Amino acid sequence: MTAQDHQHVAEHVRRYLYVFYALLFGTLITVGASYIPFGNHAINIAVALFIACGKAFLVAGFFMHLISERKMIYGLLAFTVFFFAGLMFLTVCSFADFPRMTVTH
Amino acid sequence: MDIPYTVQPREDTGLYNAKVGIWLFLASEVMLFGALFSSYILLRVGSLEGYWPRGWLNVPVGTVNTLVLITSSITTVMAWASCKMNQFGRFKVFHACTLLLALTFVCIKSYEYHDKFTHYEIILKDGRIADGHIVANDPKAESVVISGRYVQDRRDLYDLEVPKAHHHHEEISIPRSQIEKMERYGPWHNTYLAIYFTLTGLHALHVIGGAIVIGFLWGPGSKLWETDPERFTNRVEISGLFWHFVDLVWIFLFPVLYLI
Repeated sequence: MTAQDHQHVAEHVRRYLYVFYALLFGTLITVGASYIPFGNHAINIAVALFIACGKAFLVAGFFMHLISERKMIYGLLAFTVFFFAGLMFLTVCSFADFPRMTVTH
Repeated sequence: MDIPYTVQPREDTGLYNAKVGIWLFLASEVMLFGALFSSYILLRVGSLEGYWPRGWLNVPVGTVNTLVLITSSITTVMAWASCKMNQFGRFKVFHACTLLLALTFVCIKSYEYHDKFTHYEIILKDGRIADGHIVANDPKAESVVISGRYVQDRRDLYDLEVPKAHHHHEEISIPRSQIEKMERYGPWHNTYLAIYFTLTGLHALHVIGGAIVIGFLWGPGSKLWETDPERFTNRVEISGLFWHFVDLVWIFLFPVLYLI
């Protein structure tokens, strides 16, 4: 490994530490936000999931190096996102597709 | 025979083969956990009003476990960076930390499971429900002893975030002759616990599987460093990608199961 590569990885290490601190902070914020009465429980759910998405971005983007990956990986993940979104879409659609006389709550 | 592209990237993909392999595997894992999250949504939205549990899990314990897993993620990435910087000693230290943190996570999860498996709901013949942790359950004894409370309506057991839920916890002795049904808080108890144990159990299996691979690379597998350090570093990167994915899943599991 060249001295330049060594320097490059050393810079990344500093970035990993910042991400780590952000993840710790994000966890505490998630717990704290769950105790705040926003008036509607749906808002609590949205806030918790929003913070979780932010944390997931940090882990995937920096620890898994997705912010600087090859096109091949992005292409593969595009398929995953498409099918995952389809799965969630079908899940939501299922709420409007109960058999007749079904009692919902 | 040499396996091609374990170190050098392929011309067409620009990546070494194991990296493409792990990302394909992780894509399938996203769909696996996605299906279970989908099941969770369906079960939660379809549950009867007032019958979806709240406050059944210990938030401080879950928070500590989240911090443990996040810390293991940084030690994993630092182990890989140490290999990249030719610092094998540091790699060993960081991955030893990862293994200890993985063990800590599994121990904490086991404690939580134990808490659930010693928690009973006992329906009495007079219609009352006794709920609490078992203190004595000798099959030869004429009574069962729990530390808990009586409720008239099962719905009182579901929302533990209301202050009254934590009142009147005491040691209760119940004669076996009065017991209609007695069931512990296992995955069969209700749909919440079924999906809780399925999601966290599958996740825990991933933690154990990842720890075994990391343990191999830390122990006997580390001999490769002496003969082919670049290939070894790539192996560390691949195991790290899996470990970060496990962390990623927990980042969503924690708020979904513990907080909302």
